[in-house]
Amino acid sequence: MLKRTIPLFITGAAGGILILAYFSPATTNWGEVVTDWMNTLAAVAFILGGGNLLFVNLEKISSKRSGWAYALVTLLAFVVTLAFGVLKIGAVPNAQFPATPWAGDYESVRAPFGWVYEYVLSPLTATMFALLAFYVASAAFRAFRAKNIEAILLLGTAFVILLGRTAAAGILTGWISPEGPFAFLRLDTMAVNIMQYVSTAGTRAVMMGIALGIAATSLRLILGIDRSYLVND
Amino acid sequence: MTEQLSQQRTTQRGDGASHTIMCTEMRSAEHTGMHASTSAATHTSPHVQLRTASHGYANPASNPAANPAANPRLRRARTTIWLILFLVGGIGLAYNALVRPHGMAEVYVERSEKTFVEADIAAPVGAPSGEKASTKWLASDSPALQDGSAIAMAGAAHTLTINETVGVPPRAARERIAAGDSNVSLSIVDTLGVWIAAFFTLAIFSFLWRDNPIYKFAESILVGVSAAYWMTLGYWATLVPNLFAKIAPETIKGWAMPALDVQPADQTTQFLLALVPLILGFMLLMRLSPKGGWISVWPLAFIIGTTAGLKFVAFIEGDLMAQAANTIIPLVALNDTGSMQFGESLGNLVLFVGVLAVLTYFFFSVEHKGRLGTMVGKVSRLGIWYLMITFGAAFGLTVMGRITLLSQRLEFLFGDWLWIIDPANIR
Repeated sequence: MLKRTIPLFITGAAGGILILAYFSPATTNWGEVVTDWMNTLAAVAFILGGGNLLFVNLEKISSKRSGWAYALVTLLAFVVTLAFGVLKIGAVPNAQFPATPWAGDYESVRAPFGWVYEYVLSPLTATMFALLAFYVASAAFRAFRAKNIEAILLLGTAFVILLGRTAAAGILTGWISPEGPFAFLRLDTMAVNIMQYVSTAGTRAVMMGIALGIAATSLRLILGIDRSYLVND
Repeated sequence: MTEQLSQQRTTQRGDGASHTIMCTEMRSAEHTGMHASTSAATHTSPHVQLRTASHGYANPASNPAANPAANPRLRRARTTIWLILFLVGGIGLAYNALVRPHGMAEVYVERSEKTFVEADIAAPVGAPSGEKASTKWLASDSPALQDGSAIAMAGAAHTLTINETVGVPPRAARERIAAGDSNVSLSIVDTLGVWIAAFFTLAIFSFLWRDNPIYKFAESILVGVSAAYWMTLGYWATLVPNLFAKIAPETIKGWAMPALDVQPADQTTQFLLALVPLILGFMLLMRLSPKGGWISVWPLAFIIGTTAGLKFVAFIEGDLMAQAANTIIPLVALNDTGSMQFGESLGNLVLFVGVLAVLTYFFFSVEHKGRLGTMVGKVSRLGIWYLMITFGAAFGLTVMGRITLLSQRLEFLFGDWLWIIDPANIR
């Protein structure tokens, strides 16, 4: 009862109210309330994630497992940043309410939390993603072979898009008049046309397929057919 | 054994993907010493190498000539190259910092004091009878104080002075400092920030050499800071206004949200409604408890149900219906004068046919035999071509996005940090 029936009822009720709220104006407020609760729970989930990070790293440090020093670094970075943010240490006073210290702007680069974002988190995240440029290129070089028509289409499109959106388009096909009958052969025009028509068609069909899949999965959850998230005794 | 391997190759030939996977598994089994795990690994001697018919090794990682982990000479050569690069970089850095007149990474700021006064604000003329006069903090040079619509309250308790800091471009800052402007100065904190950002950028890039302690240090910092960042945002942007402000509105208004609109009539309802996520939140945190983990299934069920309800409506409305509606468009496009636009019409036709072809490929899983089956097969093949073009475009855009990020990081290193590039001539 406590572990299966009530959770199934909660899932069905929450999902059902939100669907009903869309179709019936009388229940729109219910939908807003439930969405508010959901947002609050999502924020609590961040606390859960932080707590989990704390436990895992403390356990690693206390048992002196391999890499415990890095766990200590993670923990220190976590605690210091959290203190800067949650306690609003050094926050820039709010110009409209300067007498209320906790109303200050903690995300400003002049505040320690904003400083950590600007000079630590932002460069780290951006560089991490920039690093992928090398690995995407390397993987493409290893994996892509133009050995059949599908592979040729994929590679050819990637080249047209890459060239068409850079200065290379002007250098290679800039001599073709943009007003003339062969304007469609210009790399920049080809890139635009591919994106606007062919790629849009593919993306659209994929999105419609995903939408049907998500709708089916949602209904399975709301109706209690899919119970994989429940506790197994 | 050679015969067994040849047989495997023959059966897999024509399917490059599965062939590659098989080779990789066999090589990794050899390296990790899992001799008894699979029959192929058991009998494969280290000198047996599987090659594809067309281009050498199926997986470059399994080629000892290209894999530094398997080839100590290659590893030493790579280490030497990186060492040379670091040495050259270090010498360049030292030259930049010590020899060039204005070396690198300095951030200048201008500090000023701003005074605020608490003022009585009169109710606007013609305002509803319920609207009363109020008090508000205003900047001392506010127009409201000049035109008399606000009257500053007397006394030190009603005056506040705040230090404001704004960034100044280095060249302009140096000129102002030389002219004796004492408000402009070098910001040690921000300059240090640029150096730290440069260190972390290089630390992450060092992974290109190989996994190393500096990279792991930067990665650990990223994990800790990132978790704390999102937790802080969740706390201040959601928990405080959505939960605490409903449970104790007056306290939150006086403590952290002075602009909060407190409606006394709604307070009890808001309080009771806020108790639900509060209780569910505590139940969710029980997941950290060793014995009460099952209690967290209730809030989890709520999150799953809400997400399912929201996504059901959003995807049906925003993706399925909206995309279908945008696809069912006139195939003959006309301009204002009523004449046909050839390019636009062709584009609409390509779009319409493409969506139908890809959907046919996705959903009509009939056997491609007989008249109808053959036709479906051909349309499906057209759908696959559309998908390949879509994936090619997505790949191209992804590569471009990553390269843009890479160029931004390089721009940061060579511009903001090293001051080698300065297109705006501000340094």
